[in-house]
Amino acid sequence: MKAAVIVFPGSNCDRDCKVAVERSTGAQVEMVWHGDTALPGGLDLIVLPGGFSYGDYLRCGAMAALSPVMAEVKAAAERGVATVGICNGFQVLCEAGLLPGALLQNERLKYVCKPVALEVTNAQTRFTSGYGGRREVVMTVGNGEGNYFADEATLDRLEGEGQVVFRYRDNPNGSARDIAGIVNPKGNVLGMMPHPDRAFEAELGSADGAILFQSALASA
Amino acid sequence: MKAKVHVFLKPGVLDVQGKAVEQALHGLGWSGVEGVRVGKTIEFDLAADDRAAAEAEVKAMCDKLLANTVIESYRVELA
Repeated sequence: MKAAVIVFPGSNCDRDCKVAVERSTGAQVEMVWHGDTALPGGLDLIVLPGGFSYGDYLRCGAMAALSPVMAEVKAAAERGVATVGICNGFQVLCEAGLLPGALLQNERLKYVCKPVALEVTNAQTRFTSGYGGRREVVMTVGNGEGNYFADEATLDRLEGEGQVVFRYRDNPNGSARDIAGIVNPKGNVLGMMPHPDRAFEAELGSADGAILFQSALASA
Repeated sequence: MKAKVHVFLKPGVLDVQGKAVEQALHGLGWSGVEGVRVGKTIEFDLAADDRAAAEAEVKAMCDKLLANTVIESYRVELA
């Protein structure tokens, strides 16, 4: 099993993601610099980590989405490689056009950093299959611009097609329809604001994030 | 040629910053203020002689990078 964590200038959860994936799955994890023009061969999982890529200049994730390595990430995602963008990584996936919608400033203009309860809205995706019958998991959010936005037609489509994967039980940032995480139509690209990488062992308050990484790699 | 690009959140997309500024203005006594939107201006020099071509080029820049048309609209000024 092999995974890659993409490192942008300003990423700050990149090492957390590496440790989280290694400890929860035993996979070998390589760090890939944003300026690279090739990904390591034989990848089963790509992680776009949280942080403030390019200092959030212009818009969160906008510059990172145009990094040289993103052309490779797009190609890999199109080939079906499991790809997860967490927090800033979710913003990058939206800016790159791999997921619909965008993340706006939080409704109450406040940076929120706390554990949140999430409804597992779709337990049939390759990222959530490991939750089995569990309908609720706990992970931490840490964002100032985590307010998911898409037009009504897109939201209807996401809901209708089972692309909404996680919902907030108690919406911390104003996200449309309480959406915390979505997948692409093929189901291999997941974007989410909560951090599974901050919830991979009980000492962190929750180990629910580990199951997400395990599911992603079990289905690879 | 000088280009100025004005980027704002689209009407209908909640501009929380604009809302906060509006409330602050109300607090200062300007009760007649409504619909505050906070946007940004990006300006730069562009090597171009032809106005129409320059405008097309700046619009391409907006669509590719300067604005996210899912949530933002933009206006281009050339001088």
